[in-house]
Amino acid sequence: MKQGALLEATSIRKRFGGFVALDAVDIAVRPGERVGLIGPNGSGKSTLVNCLSGAIGSDTGTIQFDGRAIERLPAHQRTRLGIVRTFQIPLPFASMTVVDNLMIPLRFAARHRPGTGQGDSELEKALLLLEEVGLREKADALSAGLTQVEMRKLELARAVAARPKLLIADETMAGLSNVEVDEIISLLLKLNNQGIAIIMIEHIMRAVMAFSQRTIVLVAGKKIADDSPDVVMNNTEVVRAYLGE
Amino acid sequence: MVTFNLLFNAVVTGVLLGGFYAAVTVGITIAFGMLDIVNIAHPVFIIMGSFVAYIVNRKLGLDPLLSVILGAPLFFLVGVAIFQFYHAAFEKSGKGSLRGLAFFFGILFVIEVTLLLAFGVDYRLVQTSYIGPNIGFEHIDLPLRMVIPFVGSMALVTGLHLFFSRTFIGRAIMAVAQDEFALSLMAVDTVTVRQLAFGVAIATAAIAGGFLIVIQPVDPSLGREYIGRVFAICVLGGLGSIPGTVIAALILGIVETITSTLFGASWAPAVSFAALLLTLAIRPSGIMGR
Amino acid sequence: MTRIPSWIWPIVAAALVFIASRVVTNEYYVFAGYVVLQYVVLASAWNILGGYSGYVNFGSAAFFAIGAYGTVVLDKLWQPPLVLSIFLAGVVASLVGLVTAYLTLRLRGVFFAIATLALAIVLQTLVMNWDYVGGPLGYYCMRPSSIIGFPSYVHYLFVVMLVLALVAVLVARAIKLSFIGHGLAAIRDNELAAECCGVPTLRLKVFATMISGALMGMAGAPFPYYITYLDPNSAFSLAYGINSIAMPLIGGMTHWIGPVIGAVLLALIQQVATVTISSELNMMIVGGLLISFITLAPNGIVGLFEQYRQRKHQCAGR
Repeated sequence: MKQGALLEATSIRKRFGGFVALDAVDIAVRPGERVGLIGPNGSGKSTLVNCLSGAIGSDTGTIQFDGRAIERLPAHQRTRLGIVRTFQIPLPFASMTVVDNLMIPLRFAARHRPGTGQGDSELEKALLLLEEVGLREKADALSAGLTQVEMRKLELARAVAARPKLLIADETMAGLSNVEVDEIISLLLKLNNQGIAIIMIEHIMRAVMAFSQRTIVLVAGKKIADDSPDVVMNNTEVVRAYLGE
Repeated sequence: MVTFNLLFNAVVTGVLLGGFYAAVTVGITIAFGMLDIVNIAHPVFIIMGSFVAYIVNRKLGLDPLLSVILGAPLFFLVGVAIFQFYHAAFEKSGKGSLRGLAFFFGILFVIEVTLLLAFGVDYRLVQTSYIGPNIGFEHIDLPLRMVIPFVGSMALVTGLHLFFSRTFIGRAIMAVAQDEFALSLMAVDTVTVRQLAFGVAIATAAIAGGFLIVIQPVDPSLGREYIGRVFAICVLGGLGSIPGTVIAALILGIVETITSTLFGASWAPAVSFAALLLTLAIRPSGIMGR
Repeated sequence: MTRIPSWIWPIVAAALVFIASRVVTNEYYVFAGYVVLQYVVLASAWNILGGYSGYVNFGSAAFFAIGAYGTVVLDKLWQPPLVLSIFLAGVVASLVGLVTAYLTLRLRGVFFAIATLALAIVLQTLVMNWDYVGGPLGYYCMRPSSIIGFPSYVHYLFVVMLVLALVAVLVARAIKLSFIGHGLAAIRDNELAAECCGVPTLRLKVFATMISGALMGMAGAPFPYYITYLDPNSAFSLAYGINSIAMPLIGGMTHWIGPVIGAVLLALIQQVATVTISSELNMMIVGGLLISFITLAPNGIVGLFEQYRQRKHQCAGR
């Protein structure tokens, strides 16, 4: 395993019938790192997230997280180890209030992480988290009635409630206004300051440029670039992939 | 004593039965496999079809298979009506699954009880010239009452397969099954397309019902035996694939008939349900599943 | 002011019913009451899996019949005390639930539902062909002529079922209010999100299936002594399947008291209808109510009550 890597996935392959979604993709993330993951639609970004988080199983490849091999573990166990993802389309627990949505990861994921259990009760922790993302007043509202950007914030809050070491934010900003995008970026930076490594999957280039220390590019299931944002943006292959010949 | 002759006859009868099972199941292949509507009441629609054939035969004195001509369009309209209700009540709100399932369970019950009240618990038969005689070949003896439904079933299934693969509407239905959202973006009225498809599915019940009462006497509770068979075949065949349905139906027909021959007819229902459980446990995508 | 904990109410209700059973002289009410209580158990048990997690079980009859036929086997062997039969029924039924769950709960809820229906029919076929317990001819189960402490054996059965009903309701309540209940609710809302929030979805679903199945089996165990003649058609009656779904649905699936309301209401309606109209029409009423409620009031009577309370609250706030 690479020196000091938090996440190291090697040679991930995934086929759906005849379609190759991921073709021997390697991805590594260091503790506290900010990584951007970009690529045209259909390039395999979401499939990669699903494989890393355990929502689906990869055909071949190994995934090491925090020194453990996790490719065989079901998703809930990976979450408990500290690798947490949000969903492109927010999936709140619609019948529950906003605060109750956070109680689920607090009770089922965070509780299994060493160091939890001291200090505030779970309810207090939930309310603090809502405060951090700016949803405190909506704590008792039904989660089904939130606005788009509020739902994205709830997704993030719910992910953070699970006390991740690595957070995978899957297109959290899609369709948001400029102001809202900035809100989410500053929120993610704040979380990163607390020591959480973040993989940001986005199409909004200015966000990726501003946020990531390192940018990975996926095209048609293959990784074609893995470098600092400036270098990647000037890579001819990347430009071609997005703009065509 | 198990002779070659006995087994051979069992296999051939199984093929005939399996062909009929394909006609019984194709409605579910469409409704569940293509439209994702768990119409657990489908078998009881088939029984209704049988009773329509019974009335046509006993009260009008016509060949029960003619009821197919009368019944199919009627059942198509019933299917369209039910779909409209189902869509308005359940699909729009999105929490379809559990509620839709329970809805059709309720329909199953209401229809079965209605039939019971209208016709009582007795078995009903039809009288035609082809119930009774067999056609005999060298080693085998085929009851005509099974051969004709077999031929009819194959015609039905083949016709539907061509419909879905060659005609515009048929391919629209298959497209809806694969990616409804994309299709709606192409200005296709997906609701109407699905409505038509469900209507077709129920119409097949009228046809299969006509075949059923030719093959055997029918009573209102007979539908229950078919619930497991139908879903077993649909799942085994790979949900939504008509060729898969035919293959799975033939396999089930043969296995059931051989089991009946060797162990007795009362074991037959267990065969299909055990097949279903095994398929779900081992290979839920079925034989030709995606 | 201290709030009375809600678990007091089922116990109080049970005590009242017990007293009533001692006072009432007409045995018909005891017979009818047994059926109502049986459905309280079945409905509460079904709801633990179906209402809390959203996984519909069509095979309640299978678990019920496991209990009933388990008692038949024991009756043939050495006629143990009823309590033992009930316990064993619970164990066997929960194991069957475990196996079914493991085979099918990894799939979509729809396949689980169909598999449970398949299970019911496979078991019925097996029992039909099992001559040891009478096969299609059925089995005559002799009721002991008397038992200490009760005016008749039927009274004893009534009280046994009363205790079972109380246990079922308290267990359902305990699960609902515990972290298991929260996990199941998350599964019902969105299973994928729940799994990614750390909820061990498979484990919870299997657990719920086992408890649900066990309680249903226990409800079936005293049945042969109640009905004295047991045949596969009555043990595997579709009435159990449809009632276990209709009762929680009509009563309200999200609260532990919903199944109780639904069971009492529907069982009483059915008793009255069977006696006054006919048993077929009575099943029609159940089917009709099921369709009506699922279309118009999917949250059941509890849901309607909550809506009414919210509306009153809003009006009062003006």
